Amino acid sequence: MSEETTAMPMSDSGSESRRRSPVEWLKDLRDNRAHLFLLGFMLLASLAVIDFRTWLVLTISGVAMGAMLFLMASGMTLTFGLMSVLNLAHGAFISLGAFAGGTVLAFWLDGFTDAPSLLTNLVAIVPALLFAALVAGVVGLVFEKLVIKPVYGDHLKQILVTVGGSIILMQLIEVIWGPNEIPVTRPESLSGAFFVPEFLPLIGGIVLEKYRLLAVVLGLAIYAAMLWVIDRTRIGILIRAGVESREMVEIQGYRIHLLFLGVFVAGSALAGLGGVMWGMYKELLTPHMGDEMMISVIVVIILGGLGSIRGCFYGALLVGLINLYIGFVEPRLAAVATVGLMVGVLMWRPQGLIPVIKI
Amino acid sequence: MLNRVLSGDYPRSRPLTALLLIIVTCLVLGPFLFDGIRAFTTLAMICVFIMVVAAYDLMLGYTHIVSFAHTMFFGIGAYGVAMAIEGMGDSFGAIGVGLVGALVVSFLLSLLLGLLSLRVKAIFFALVTLAVAFAFLSLVTQLYHITGGEDGMRVRVPRELGPAFRPFEEPLPGIDLPTLLKGLLTQPWNLGQVWQDSLFEMRFNGRNVMYYVLVVMAAGVFLFLLRLVNSPFGRVLQAIRENEFRAEALGYRTVIYRTAVVILAALVATLAGAAFALINRYVNPENTLNFELMVFILLMCVIGGMGTLYGAIVGSTLFILAQNYLQDLLGWVGQYTAGIPLVENLLGEDHWLLWFGVLFVLSVYFFPAGVVGQLRIWSLRRRNRQSPPPSGPDAEPVAQV
Amino acid sequence: MAEPILTLSGVKADIDQYHILHGVDLVVPKGELTVLLGRNGAGKSTTLRTIMGLTTLTGGTVTYQGQDISRWPTPKIARAGIAFVPESMGIFGLLTVRENLVLAAVNGPMDEARLQWIFDLFPPLKKFWDKPAGTLSGGQKQMLAIARAVIEPRELLLVDEPTKGLAPAIINDLADAFEQLKEQQVSILLVEQNFNFSRRLGQSVAVMNDGAVVHAGTMTELAENDELQQDLLGLGLGAHQ
Repeated sequence: MSEETTAMPMSDSGSESRRRSPVEWLKDLRDNRAHLFLLGFMLLASLAVIDFRTWLVLTISGVAMGAMLFLMASGMTLTFGLMSVLNLAHGAFISLGAFAGGTVLAFWLDGFTDAPSLLTNLVAIVPALLFAALVAGVVGLVFEKLVIKPVYGDHLKQILVTVGGSIILMQLIEVIWGPNEIPVTRPESLSGAFFVPEFLPLIGGIVLEKYRLLAVVLGLAIYAAMLWVIDRTRIGILIRAGVESREMVEIQGYRIHLLFLGVFVAGSALAGLGGVMWGMYKELLTPHMGDEMMISVIVVIILGGLGSIRGCFYGALLVGLINLYIGFVEPRLAAVATVGLMVGVLMWRPQGLIPVIKI
Repeated sequence: MLNRVLSGDYPRSRPLTALLLIIVTCLVLGPFLFDGIRAFTTLAMICVFIMVVAAYDLMLGYTHIVSFAHTMFFGIGAYGVAMAIEGMGDSFGAIGVGLVGALVVSFLLSLLLGLLSLRVKAIFFALVTLAVAFAFLSLVTQLYHITGGEDGMRVRVPRELGPAFRPFEEPLPGIDLPTLLKGLLTQPWNLGQVWQDSLFEMRFNGRNVMYYVLVVMAAGVFLFLLRLVNSPFGRVLQAIRENEFRAEALGYRTVIYRTAVVILAALVATLAGAAFALINRYVNPENTLNFELMVFILLMCVIGGMGTLYGAIVGSTLFILAQNYLQDLLGWVGQYTAGIPLVENLLGEDHWLLWFGVLFVLSVYFFPAGVVGQLRIWSLRRRNRQSPPPSGPDAEPVAQV
Repeated sequence: MAEPILTLSGVKADIDQYHILHGVDLVVPKGELTVLLGRNGAGKSTTLRTIMGLTTLTGGTVTYQGQDISRWPTPKIARAGIAFVPESMGIFGLLTVRENLVLAAVNGPMDEARLQWIFDLFPPLKKFWDKPAGTLSGGQKQMLAIARAVIEPRELLLVDEPTKGLAPAIINDLADAFEQLKEQQVSILLVEQNFNFSRRLGQSVAVMNDGAVVHAGTMTELAENDELQQDLLGLGLGAHQ
């Protein structure tokens, strides 16, 4: 509960617990839990248009994409919420993670990916994920000290130097790995799909890609972990306090710059993790893949509310879902629909779905 | 008279004036001073981007509005003309229709964006423009049948603007400056020969006509913007830039000014896009709507000097020259570093952008004023050293907590 | 007067391009409550902020317990034992009362006895323990702000206008709290406009005007001298509530 603003008035039925009419309940949901309202709306609206079995597959894929987007976007929203730093080089960290992890999978430990056993594959996967996060985190550390720190507080300069930094990082990726696309095959045990047994009533015979299920599970796990840190640990309290007022945190006696650094590095590492997972999803690495995701990332963080992890998660789900639904119904309009969603939500709620900070 | 033309906004720096005069002369006499298609394209692009970047400077430098949708409006102009000609044939009427249509679309879109900034604050605005521009790019790329998708569209220009048109019967004299300079440096004793080598016959055709239309447009747009920023309107913009709250408190409805600036910048970019379509004769998403192009515009504006307008001239020239010729330079350097593994790669001609990026970041830190701004600062210091300003008693403003 | 815990000498400070403090000389005696009085705009808040390192010094020195803390970063100053309660209170509205205090207890878990003492001083804090601090009333927020400052033993408290906008009953509670702190030998530098509140609690007083201290002495001295009050503060004792 600690992230959502409680300043908004709850419904006015007083403390009596009379049964509320469905309309009132909906209105309450819309006003106080906008993210759930929108999510429910989207799920139901698309169900009305798409047949159930396709809808189910699309929904799972959308949630998988959302999970990966969440990983990529969470760092950026925290960085902005806490440090008021807009890091437009974030996309480069996504690419970096993808390439670093991809290198492990495709070149260094590729022997382990061919085997059909999950455990053998994990010998390659886990290091790949960790390496991706590590590389992105370390580069993030250097980046923060060299590029970001000198321009704290100056948004204009931040935009400029992070754009410049992004160019430099992208070019360095090309220098190290070459400008061409690098294919990465998914480890055996994660390729292919589950076939839901035919005899099950509604969902029988549906094909569920294994990798997408993994993405969903991993995404949820990390989300839960992040929430735990934010809600229940001292660091989490510090972060939430810092988002409200950096000065007051310093007055309490904390060197907030160390906190910033930690959050920035964690955010970059998460971006790298999201990148490598996306790379495995697409099975292809391109230097600009991070930048391509940046648009969705930006929509996610604006939609969700800058500085809110919960908002980021729901925003990511919404963007993933809308991409898949519109992608099915009218693929050419997928990008337009995503941006349209953002503009629409902004008109309705300028601070995003779960506002945390006042801009 | 010069005062009125430049609206009192002089370069204020001797080296800068010299630089500007050189650039302007080269642009105006360009086709007669530089032989070859590559030079022609470079000159034309410089003229186009002077307009684009000057408009961007109006937003970024004078009002501190960061927008990533500038290329979108450029693309609207380019595609507007291209599609009109495609549909209506290569007449001036088609160009007119395309241009007017594009301007209307840009006006509406920029109005929407300006009003959106009502709902969201500055930093949101930048990100939102990025997303909107991307959505537009995606739309154009997807609607293959109307826009040619990723392949783009050829633009058939009217005969008078094309290579077949010959307004002058005889070829005109031209002196190729690069050849001349190279000759002067390498064979200074052989001036006669050098001169002979440099002469070339300039066949003035319709493309040159278009070029001069472009030059006149660029000059007109630039001087108009110069007039604008030195007018009361411009001063309000600067007030908003310095302290929006106070400007608002003084009674200026800042939202109206900011929206006006966004719309104006969009319209100029659209105009430049239309000109681009006519001189380049080919439009595709990559050369009009790409995010990379947006970044280039940003680089040109900042390296040239934000908030100076002259920076647009200097920045565009430097950047486009670099883009076209730096690769050659790097290739030349590459001859000497071939063989050293990583260095060879770093200095490879493909990676000119890497070095430009480094240059850009360094310039934001150490020369935030850009080339023009820095030249002006140096000139000011020199002037102050020669005749120091009178020093009176220290006037401390009264403290208001 | 007891020995000083904090000394300001010739302190100058700017905010943007405005010179706010023009050479402040101030001595805060140890174990006493010193009141900093003055009109609006005299520079009282800025003085506190400068001591805390939130505004950079452009001249002079700030000495705390014998050390020159003029150039220390804010967190270091806080950890040296100086607590600051700003005018805006600086409560983290989205955090619960508990979390606000946990944060303030920089050196680890809160001391049970101390917490109990705070609950006794400010009962509403216990009542709203798990509620977001933003839902507290103005007076309760002020209590939380002060509780935060003292959850761990501090040597020096800098408090900026705690009674502003508060009901008289709450002001009384605050006065009690300050009395108890004084008993614990905590030094307090209090910026206050409420002269009665100041007179009740303060032992020393310094009056500021136009960015400098124009009078320093004991509270009794100032309280008994109507003319001096009129001069410095533009008010007569009788006229002020």
